[in-house]
Amino acid sequence: MSPSPELIAVTVVLFVAIAAYALFAGADFGGGIWDLLAGSTRRGAVPRAAIDASVTPVWEGNHVWSIFVLVILWTAFPPAFAAIMTALFAPIALSLLGIFLRGLGFAFRHEAERLHMQRLNGALFAASSLMAPFFLGTVIGAVATGAVPAAPSGQVLSAWTSPTALVTGGLFVATCAYIGAIYLVADSEQRKQPEMMRYFSYRAIAAGVVSGVLAAVNLLLMRASSPYTFDRLVGPALPLVVVSVVAGIAALVLVVLRRMHLMRIAAGLAVAAVVAGWGWAQYPWLLPGSLTLQAGSAPSASLWAELAVAGLAVVFVLPPFAWLYWLQQHGRLQESEISESLRLARATTSEPVVPASPAPVHHEHRLVTTVLIASLATELVRQVLERRRSRRG
Amino acid sequence: MTSYALVLADGTVPARSQMGASLGFHIIFACFGIAFPAVVLIAHWLGLRRGDAVALLLARRWSKVMAVIFAVGAVSGTVLSYELGLLWPGLMGRFGAAFGIPFSIEGIWFFVEAIFTGIYLYGWRGLSPWLHWWSGVPIAVTGLLGAWAVVAANSWMNQPGGFTLTDGRITSVDPWAVIFNSASSYEVPHMILAAYMVASLLTAGVYAVGMLRGRWDRYHRLGFLIPFAVGAVAAPIQVFVGDIAARMIASQQPQKFAAMELVDRTGTNVTEWLGGIYWNGQVYFGVGIPDLDSILVGFSPNTTVIGWDAAPPELRPPLPNLIHLAFTGMVGIGTALVVLGAWQGWVWWFHRRVPRTRWFLVPAALSGVGAVLAMELGWIVTEVGRQPWTVYGVLLTRDAVTPAGGVIITLAVTLVIYLVLTGVCIVVPWLMGRRWRAEGDPRLVEDQATPYGPPVERVREVRS
Repeated sequence: MSPSPELIAVTVVLFVAIAAYALFAGADFGGGIWDLLAGSTRRGAVPRAAIDASVTPVWEGNHVWSIFVLVILWTAFPPAFAAIMTALFAPIALSLLGIFLRGLGFAFRHEAERLHMQRLNGALFAASSLMAPFFLGTVIGAVATGAVPAAPSGQVLSAWTSPTALVTGGLFVATCAYIGAIYLVADSEQRKQPEMMRYFSYRAIAAGVVSGVLAAVNLLLMRASSPYTFDRLVGPALPLVVVSVVAGIAALVLVVLRRMHLMRIAAGLAVAAVVAGWGWAQYPWLLPGSLTLQAGSAPSASLWAELAVAGLAVVFVLPPFAWLYWLQQHGRLQESEISESLRLARATTSEPVVPASPAPVHHEHRLVTTVLIASLATELVRQVLERRRSRRG
Repeated sequence: MTSYALVLADGTVPARSQMGASLGFHIIFACFGIAFPAVVLIAHWLGLRRGDAVALLLARRWSKVMAVIFAVGAVSGTVLSYELGLLWPGLMGRFGAAFGIPFSIEGIWFFVEAIFTGIYLYGWRGLSPWLHWWSGVPIAVTGLLGAWAVVAANSWMNQPGGFTLTDGRITSVDPWAVIFNSASSYEVPHMILAAYMVASLLTAGVYAVGMLRGRWDRYHRLGFLIPFAVGAVAAPIQVFVGDIAARMIASQQPQKFAAMELVDRTGTNVTEWLGGIYWNGQVYFGVGIPDLDSILVGFSPNTTVIGWDAAPPELRPPLPNLIHLAFTGMVGIGTALVVLGAWQGWVWWFHRRVPRTRWFLVPAALSGVGAVLAMELGWIVTEVGRQPWTVYGVLLTRDAVTPAGGVIITLAVTLVIYLVLTGVCIVVPWLMGRRWRAEGDPRLVEDQATPYGPPVERVREVRS
């Protein structure tokens, strides 16, 4: 028995919401990552201000896509939702912590009076921009590899600490950085800041290359860890994978050619195609190997209710969302020029509060990055060793 | 000690504490999300309509506070929706198909709210005055609609309906019956009014403190009067709605009502207890009014009120004394707020001013805290009174809780998270207020240069 049309439709809506979250909130996370990597207070002041101006008015709207994904998942696919939430308790709680710290950063950012408070705050904001996509990535990786059982009796640690899941986490971080940088290039062009345009162009290209490499590694790992998804990725879902690769490379070329509109479209297409490819590769499984779409779905009236909600969302959400972005793109949404320039002035010129020694914030930034990378690396080594041991045994 | 450890290991206690703590904090932020935009828009409207620079300044500053609290509310709302899944997979996995529908609808309203909040908060310079004001209206409207959707989900847990269970699994759903469940008709207005009281009275309280410190300029008077008027209008309506709600609960959830009113035996001519503690068949330290409870339930002393002896002990709500005292406390505070509002109404009607006596100002300064307390007590009544059920009559709490370990850790983290969020909501506006009062901060100039309306000089004049 094949899934009913309303079931297919709701699944499509779910994946559209996931893609939208990746495209919009992902870009905001990416902004946070570039904020993290922007260097010293003095050097990073201009890019940080640019990131701030791009992200602040829109992040809340973008964030809501995650709520949308969540409610669709729990209404239309309650058993899958319960299984994911139980088995992947830890990474979901950690990504939530990331989301929390990020919101806190936004709330506090412009009110932190002294520079060191601003820095601590900035560090929190930036670190959380790493945490949230990374752990969400491990969740997706765990689901895609079929490591989530349909009725888990508790947490399944091995599900999200597999190499595939961890690399997926890394891939998410790199992709966010990529899409964020692409949008920032376009925003800088809009604001007539050629300096910043070049600055973010280099970063977009770097992040794009890293994303590509990680995606390739991920595909190789999947071959061993989840043959089903892999077979479908290189089988029926191959066109989507190809679209994503081509669009991703095209976006990088368009960055060099300074074609802003096409560049954004191509980068968005690259991300959206990956999400679609993932969904198509899993079909008809909700949790590969343990729960099919059919078995994991709600009664059809609930599915129709979700479709009605999606229809309402198109009517009520899209026009204001478009207006918000139009206003933002035309520079009509701004905080206040004075506090902005005050921030810059404080950061670049006098700096009466800070001694001449290097700012402590670097250590915080570096510490966070190092810890994350180190834990990632140890985990990978551990996994490899364990695999070898089990092979011997 | 060992029994206590057993209870902790049982799993429902940490999960319930975490959910209770999260909800208890979130609901305060949510109140600001629901009601504060309306208060800001009233000030904004006065400012534009009458060319009142002071009102415009208030609106502009409040909108900055709104930005902070909205960010906090969005985060804490996200934490809550994750927690629903993390802590109660048994609830979501089995009833998500029905329970999730109102949440999905809330998703739309929250989305629209977030978008227009972005436009309103950052549009002071870029939009024309009236277009800007109108861009704020959807925030207030979607706040109401969102509150309706979320509270409907809670009232569904109290009066579940609109689904068919076959072998413990939902096999068909009637979305309309889920959304318009029979408890939503009184829970929703009760909560929306509570939100208006909390947000407006807390705001008014800030300016009441200013007046107590001798700041009697027009800025403070207006900053007090606009929100206090909103609260004073909401309070009497709230008493009326609450009265209806109690009567509905008496018929729909008699066990909850029995605990609220300390009715141990089903019967007629039931005494209404104000305060008091139930112990071994007696109520101590309470003021009892004979027959009143029966009269309140059915307008006649001969009305039968169902007591908790009608249900087996394991299906009765725990801690009837807590539920009863919470209920009495809520009613008492609500009544006091009505009186306070009427006082201001009287003085305004005849003298067009704010009462200058400390007997008014001190309670007015505390009225917001009182409203928060009353609301929290009300939620204790609703939630504890529903126990031992998570979905009334259908799903027991112990069957809904997560089997995953480590809830105690997340409980601790959640408490820290919410304390930090609350801190932000208090400290950031306080810092803002201090900055607004301080002279010589360059940002002050920017704050006072309202984007449209009368020039800066006039603002200075009016304030001094």
